[in-house]
Amino acid sequence: MSASAQAKQKPSFSFLDFMYKYGTLLTIVVLIIIFGLFTDNFLTSSSLINILRQISIITIIATGLTVSLAVGGFDLSIGSTASLANAIVISLFVWHGQSLGVGIGLTILFCLLVGVLNAFLVINFKIQDMLMTLATMFIFQGIALTYTRGATVSQNMILPSGEYATGQIPALFGKLGKEPWLIVIMLVLVVLVHLFLNYTKHGRYMYMIGGNREAAELSGLPVSRYRLAAYLISALLATIGGIMIGARVMTAEVNSGAPMLMDAVAAAFIGYSVLGAGKPNALGTLAGSVLIGILSYGLIMMSVPYYAMDIVKGAVLALALAITYYKRKH
Amino acid sequence: MKQPTRDGLEMRGISIAFPGVQALREVDFAAARGRTHALIGANGAGKSTLMKVLAGAYDHYEGEIRIDGKPARIRKPRDAKDLGIQIVYQEVDTALISYLSVGENIMLDQMVSGMGGRQVIRWRQLHQSAQTVLDRLRVAIPTRKLVSELTLAEKQMVLIARAVAVDCRYLILDEPTAPLSSSETARLFELVRQLKEEGVGIIFISHRLPELYEICEDITVMRDGRKVASAALAEMDQAAVVQHMLGQRMEQQFPERVSQPGDIAMEVERFGDDGMLQDISLYLRRGEVVGLAGLVGAGKTELCRALFGASSGITGELRLQGRAVRLRTPHQAVSQGLALIPEERRREGIFVHEPVGANLTSAALSRYSRALGWLSPARERQASTAMIGSLGIKTPSERTLVRNLSGGNQQKVAIGKWLLADSEVYLFDEPTKGVDVGAKKDIFELIADLAARGKSVLYASSELSEIIGITDRVYVMYDGRIVRELVTADTDEEELMVYCTGGGQA
Repeated sequence: MSASAQAKQKPSFSFLDFMYKYGTLLTIVVLIIIFGLFTDNFLTSSSLINILRQISIITIIATGLTVSLAVGGFDLSIGSTASLANAIVISLFVWHGQSLGVGIGLTILFCLLVGVLNAFLVINFKIQDMLMTLATMFIFQGIALTYTRGATVSQNMILPSGEYATGQIPALFGKLGKEPWLIVIMLVLVVLVHLFLNYTKHGRYMYMIGGNREAAELSGLPVSRYRLAAYLISALLATIGGIMIGARVMTAEVNSGAPMLMDAVAAAFIGYSVLGAGKPNALGTLAGSVLIGILSYGLIMMSVPYYAMDIVKGAVLALALAITYYKRKH
Repeated sequence: MKQPTRDGLEMRGISIAFPGVQALREVDFAAARGRTHALIGANGAGKSTLMKVLAGAYDHYEGEIRIDGKPARIRKPRDAKDLGIQIVYQEVDTALISYLSVGENIMLDQMVSGMGGRQVIRWRQLHQSAQTVLDRLRVAIPTRKLVSELTLAEKQMVLIARAVAVDCRYLILDEPTAPLSSSETARLFELVRQLKEEGVGIIFISHRLPELYEICEDITVMRDGRKVASAALAEMDQAAVVQHMLGQRMEQQFPERVSQPGDIAMEVERFGDDGMLQDISLYLRRGEVVGLAGLVGAGKTELCRALFGASSGITGELRLQGRAVRLRTPHQAVSQGLALIPEERRREGIFVHEPVGANLTSAALSRYSRALGWLSPARERQASTAMIGSLGIKTPSERTLVRNLSGGNQQKVAIGKWLLADSEVYLFDEPTKGVDVGAKKDIFELIADLAARGKSVLYASSELSEIIGITDRVYVMYDGRIVRELVTADTDEEELMVYCTGGGQA
């Protein structure tokens, strides 16, 4: 919506404007061309599925982060929340023999408390969101570790009592972690959040709070309520991400969600500029995620050693951010 | 009064222009060492600009500055400091580094430019020198305390200490007393007297006329960028000062209106906050425009915010349409039919990164949404284009980002959003600040129209001519209190100014 507004204002062509709006999409296209030329089977439907499967969980988590960014917050605890959700959902099946519905329901309920705690601390103590959620990130990570006693939770694992765990992970749960469901769930969530942020008054309010909290307050918006809602949505999506991790690997590994955090942050920030939105947005986050996914996958296909991959990834991220923020300042 | 001595500081024929405004025209000003010179004028008269010229903040002025008869070249802050001219700006926080200690802040100039080739700070020496300065001024603030822990008054003392830590022959104090309590003010005056005895020439800018008579010997009054009077203070009483401040004002165009006040819409009694507001009682009737007159810092903004539920520690009673209510947040205030058009509109009133349309509907978005908060863009567009038309907002379309509009049009957006919200009580805080003449006229007409439709308007402004032009009744604020209630038809700008500057209190 605002993209078209900007386009109307400035008929003159500016290279920077163009790069700002289309830089991310252009980079994706360029990457596809490069990898398509230099590897044998990059341009196949199986690679596409592979990439989408790889980015699906990161995208879900990053979409939650996007909502917290929209209100001017920053939820750093999403990775830990995902780890925690993963541990809880698998343990409910394996240790307590719960059914699919109860397992997922209880996990979501418990992890929403995470969002409540984050919002409570951030809103009441007026501490910068990023600092406060940095602290809670450690707390939730610690809770997940303590809960699993630092061990991997899996079917037929040996319990501290010396016996084997008897609970089974429902087969249907495993299906959720495979394509097409994994990818479908991701796309549905991205679209839902996109509609919420752009087509409901609640989303509009969130952007207003993020854009100018003082003015939002003086416009009579219930600012604290919306910030709470944003942290709840962020925690909910991180929890869904964590459950999907469980569904995909059928175990709960130690800190399984933590590595997702940085990729999610990168995806959300790259997404700022997509199509000239100039603010955190769900579709942009998806694009950012796709960019990172293609990059990782292509580099593997090109046999770049895994230890050198982060160099390339970081460089591309720096470039994408440079385009976004250069424009913002000028 | 002053013989053409060759001693002292003299500014002759100072003129300076900024894009669109001629801020100073041929201003003459003289100050002597060992005396306190009051520099007075209404808001926007050019006092601060003149003093900034003296402090070297501008390099494009015309005119001549002489010190002790010799021409002085002041084009940058360094030049002024080398000549012993120091300025303490009103915003103390911008001049101090809050992460550093009192000692480091006092010795800042020496740390920046007096270190020579030395790389290591000698802490003991630094704190000793700072202590010496504080002792000289008889100020008891520990030099190792962090500036962030100081009160506003203490910060001001630290700034003054920094100014006199180096060779200081002239000290400019820009409205130093505005944020201070009376005991803190007394303490500051002691300091001023002390410096005067040491032979420092002090230039004192203030809006509070009575206090001038305590410490000043000379006075210069400015108006609209010109010097209008200069004399020994003993020869000019408060009424004369006010007359010089106001002069013959340009006639502004105010809409003709016949007011028919109805029932009381809003009323507060013994109202206050945990800041400066004390014992405020006022009421607004339907269809009435009530002025809230007062100079900058009198507490108008604080009162508007407190009435709107945007302050903490609110005490007293508030009644809307006769019902007692408590407004703890602006959210509650809005749902009770209040609207606030804040003074700092870029920071508080509008969303600059959002389009005009989204801004206009921001306070009443529920009306443009269906079930589950689903927005209806068509209805939204219709309402905002209609509002753009009726307010005459100059914008290419309702999808233009607000940051691309001019100040006057941004203000119209800030007002327009409350018109769409259809509130009952409108609180305007300095609505014409930074707005051009044409847009001002539109705003006045809008306010008159609101009153004609039976809404209540509180119009807070330091522009007394506007208060006289647009209101039915006026409350005058001074130092966080309401000091007078007047019927506009029975008063004039001069009387208002007397009360605004703390005069006439029997």
